[in-house]
Amino acid sequence: MEYKNVLTTCIYCGCGCGLYLETLDGRITGVWPAKTHPISQGKLCIKGWNASGFVYHPDRLKTPLIRKDGELVEATWDETLSLIAERLGTIKAESGPNSIAFLSSAKCTNEENYLLQKLARAVIGTNNVDHCARL
Amino acid sequence: MIEEIRQAVAERLEELDGVVALRKSSKGVAPHLFQKEDDLSELEIAPRYPLMTVVSKLHKVFPDIRLGIVARGCDERAFVEMAKRNQIDPDRLSIIGFACTEEEAQECYCSEPYPQHLLVGTPPPPGPPNPLVAEYEARSLEKRRVFWKHQFLKCLKCYGCRNICPECFCEACAMEDAAWVEPGLLAPPFPMFHLIRAMHMASRCVACRQCELTCPAHIPLTVLYDLMRRDIETLLGYVPGADMAAPPPLSVTLDEAPLLVGASH
Repeated sequence: MEYKNVLTTCIYCGCGCGLYLETLDGRITGVWPAKTHPISQGKLCIKGWNASGFVYHPDRLKTPLIRKDGELVEATWDETLSLIAERLGTIKAESGPNSIAFLSSAKCTNEENYLLQKLARAVIGTNNVDHCARL
Repeated sequence: MIEEIRQAVAERLEELDGVVALRKSSKGVAPHLFQKEDDLSELEIAPRYPLMTVVSKLHKVFPDIRLGIVARGCDERAFVEMAKRNQIDPDRLSIIGFACTEEEAQECYCSEPYPQHLLVGTPPPPGPPNPLVAEYEARSLEKRRVFWKHQFLKCLKCYGCRNICPECFCEACAMEDAAWVEPGLLAPPFPMFHLIRAMHMASRCVACRQCELTCPAHIPLTVLYDLMRRDIETLLGYVPGADMAAPPPLSVTLDEAPLLVGASH
């Protein structure tokens, strides 16, 4: 019997509300707002209260999928990343860097978002960078 | 006071499988299950969390464990109402009760800021009545309606009031049922969304104030629940959390036989 509350930051937007993921024997059983958190002070919105909802969701993607002959097929990360690099290179060569856009995410850290825009601007050569919260 | 509580927990842990309390780490304070090997210097008593909800989860998953809880008055009142509704097993829970401070009692406008199983501390004087209730009652009916309409317009529909409430434990919630609450509206439909909960809390609300504390829209929910508690006391002579032997009035049949097994405890 191991009951724990693990402090983390809500992944759904940039506010950075604090919440605890409650676990029982290693499995997430709920969310508690973090009352001692300086930003959220024990309050959450509906997304924060359900921040763990996707963890065990049957529809959650656990591997990359590549469309082959019209069907989505499970693939390895190596295969997927190679395909992405190859296709991005081809599209850039054929249609120019501004034919490509990069969509970033609130689920990532600041540093990861920094790296994505760096990839867009320095590697591909486009300023087409936007954010999932505006989709 | 906290040293006395830690000492009491250490003693109870000799016999119990664990004690539910708050734990302070470098990252903050959260509910915790203290077991024999744990460092009791980390045990804390504030800020308040609805710890009976943790007990209920553990009792349901582990039907044989015997637990303790470091409890304030409101935790103990929640314990009483949960026991009557079969959410916990009172025979498997030991209460380590402590009194709130006078400041806490005033902040919560709490009429009973200590548990009946008081082990540590002395009862402070009760807090004053919530001044917002008197202000509210001085208004005309129409102005009261406008007051609530204005307050509930702020609602973000986060369900936090329901989620944090130790007495909200239905598996299917009318607040999520499209037959009662039209989905997709923000603010949620007035007054159904909030009044469904208020009606369901009648004879259950133990005045712990968790709903108001967690509301991101600062809706003064204790005004609503204070009045609901007063009506239940005036009309049905029932004070939630006060007496384990009193059957909950809305859960008995017309011949006064309790509907629930738990009510016989």
